[in-house]
Amino acid sequence: MGDLLTIDDLSIRHAGRPLVSGVSLSVTAGERLGLIGESGSGKSLTALAAIGLLPEGMTASGSVRLAGREVIGAADRDVVGLRGTAVATIFQEPLTALDPLMRIGDQIAEVARRRARRDGRSLSRAGVAAEVTALMARVALPDPARLSRAYPHEMSGGQRQRAAIAMALACRPRLLIADEPTTALDVTTQAEVLKLLETLVREENMGLLFISHDLPVVGAAVDRVVVLRAGEMVEEGTVAEVFGRPRHPYTIGLVEAARAFDRAIGAAL
Amino acid sequence: MTDAAPALAPPASRRLTPAFLVGAALVGLHVAVGLLTLVWTPYDPAAMTGGRLAPPSLLHWAGTDRLGRDLFTEIMIGARIALAVGSGAVAIAAAIGVTVGLLAAFASRAVDDVLAATLDILIAFPTLLLAMLIVAAGDGANLGTAILAIGIAASAIVARLTRILARRVLAMDYITAARVSGTSWLGIVRIHVLPNIWPTLIVNFALQFGLAVIAEASLSYLGLGAPPPNASWGRLLQEAQATVYTAPFGAIAPGIALVSLVIGLNLFADGLRDVADPTRRRR
Ligand SMILES: Nc1ncnc2c1ncn2[C@@H]1O[C@H](COP(=O)(O)OP(=O)(O)OP(=O)(O)O)[C@@H](O)[C@H]1O
Ligand SMILES: [Mg+2]
Repeated sequence: MGDLLTIDDLSIRHAGRPLVSGVSLSVTAGERLGLIGESGSGKSLTALAAIGLLPEGMTASGSVRLAGREVIGAADRDVVGLRGTAVATIFQEPLTALDPLMRIGDQIAEVARRRARRDGRSLSRAGVAAEVTALMARVALPDPARLSRAYPHEMSGGQRQRAAIAMALACRPRLLIADEPTTALDVTTQAEVLKLLETLVREENMGLLFISHDLPVVGAAVDRVVVLRAGEMVEEGTVAEVFGRPRHPYTIGLVEAARAFDRAIGAAL
Repeated sequence: MTDAAPALAPPASRRLTPAFLVGAALVGLHVAVGLLTLVWTPYDPAAMTGGRLAPPSLLHWAGTDRLGRDLFTEIMIGARIALAVGSGAVAIAAAIGVTVGLLAAFASRAVDDVLAATLDILIAFPTLLLAMLIVAAGDGANLGTAILAIGIAASAIVARLTRILARRVLAMDYITAARVSGTSWLGIVRIHVLPNIWPTLIVNFALQFGLAVIAEASLSYLGLGAPPPNASWGRLLQEAQATVYTAPFGAIAPGIALVSLVIGLNLFADGLRDVADPTRRRR
């Protein structure tokens, strides 16, 4: 049972229209996989299908095995047990990923408490508070005592995303799905959050499914990539293979664009 | 570094606008008077204590009605009735409306469509008609039928609002995140949905309270509210109608009482939003 997530020939349809077809990928412990592709190519849907949370009206076929258990066709109650232990998710827009009316500390505590209950551990009030402080320190949020009492609108974008990562970590997942976690951040903060994710995944030996349309970001964050185009897999391989010797015209275009950008920057410097 | 700590808002410094304070004072006054009537009134509300249709005087601040009863006493008792009907109706509307609204928000598309259409029909149904049906179905008009009719009519509006608000919250990433981390439906309602829709709902409840007070006055005016020993403002207005040219004070005093309570409730409702929603407390 080495694979945390195995997707085999996944297809997603909505009202007869195929949105994703024939996607296969797998993530094992300690492995970092990138899912790239242009906007609307089906990256987020693939991630949602992986955790059995497709929007209403969509049907999935093929196979999705999360921690060795089939998700497609399973009852919600069977999948709930997997969510939050086998997998946790970080989203693109950190502001909507946090409850606007709940203090950050309470949001992290809620997840920590639920996780403890699932493990059959009983966590005292002080124990929860200690875990929240530890998690906030883990994601390098400054001054946990003060920030834990802040509401999301009182924090910066980077701090919000760190808080969201802390909540994901509170689940102690074995697989982390990050859907464009840095897109809403400026370049400096982006680099910091990427570094944080990379460190965490390595130290906790988690698997990472990293979704992005930004090549340099993906290149820095993952070992292998899967390229999606209009819902279909067009290429797969290590970062060096795919970015070094792209085969599909679409990937070639992506890499060319990134290179041109680098050259322009280089010329300007 | 962009991650520098932003200045935090001062801890929960609640902004109390003058409008909110005026509203709270008006509502508070009515509540105080209503409670007072439980233990004391200037005169026995049923007793003839002065001349018929006597104008306002030091002895009878609002004058007397056509049977010589003290109008001020009756208006004070009217406050109690208005508040009882308002809180009863809002309690019914909140219980039914929030439950149905949440069910609709969580239901599948098909069930939601049916519920939404039903609510739209109910909302189009005049409160008066509903009240007449309930009175007809029950054993005559009384305070209870008025509360029930107004409460049921208001619950459709509360349900529709709850459904829309809850749907908006449920579409947020933090709900998906909560579901990914294994939160049950009930947990999501308790932890995320209710706290997030509460500030808007509570404001709506205060507005519904004002509408219920008006609805009760209308029902009583038409004889569909509480029967005579209960001095509803609507009944006082109806009785004053016959003598409005000779003794206008009979309509003015209950009118002022009714309008001041409804205005108070509306001002109170507006200010309540700022108190209830922590993201709006900041200046
Ligand atoms: N709820 C929905 N109902 C119908 N179609 C949808 C829904 N959500 C997404 N789609 C469609 O599915 C396709 C894939 O969407 P998806 O969100 O997976 O794209 P994405 O690759 O994540 O794009 P982005 O980079 O912009 O986030 C799009 O064409 C989109 O229009
Ligand atoms: Mg997406």
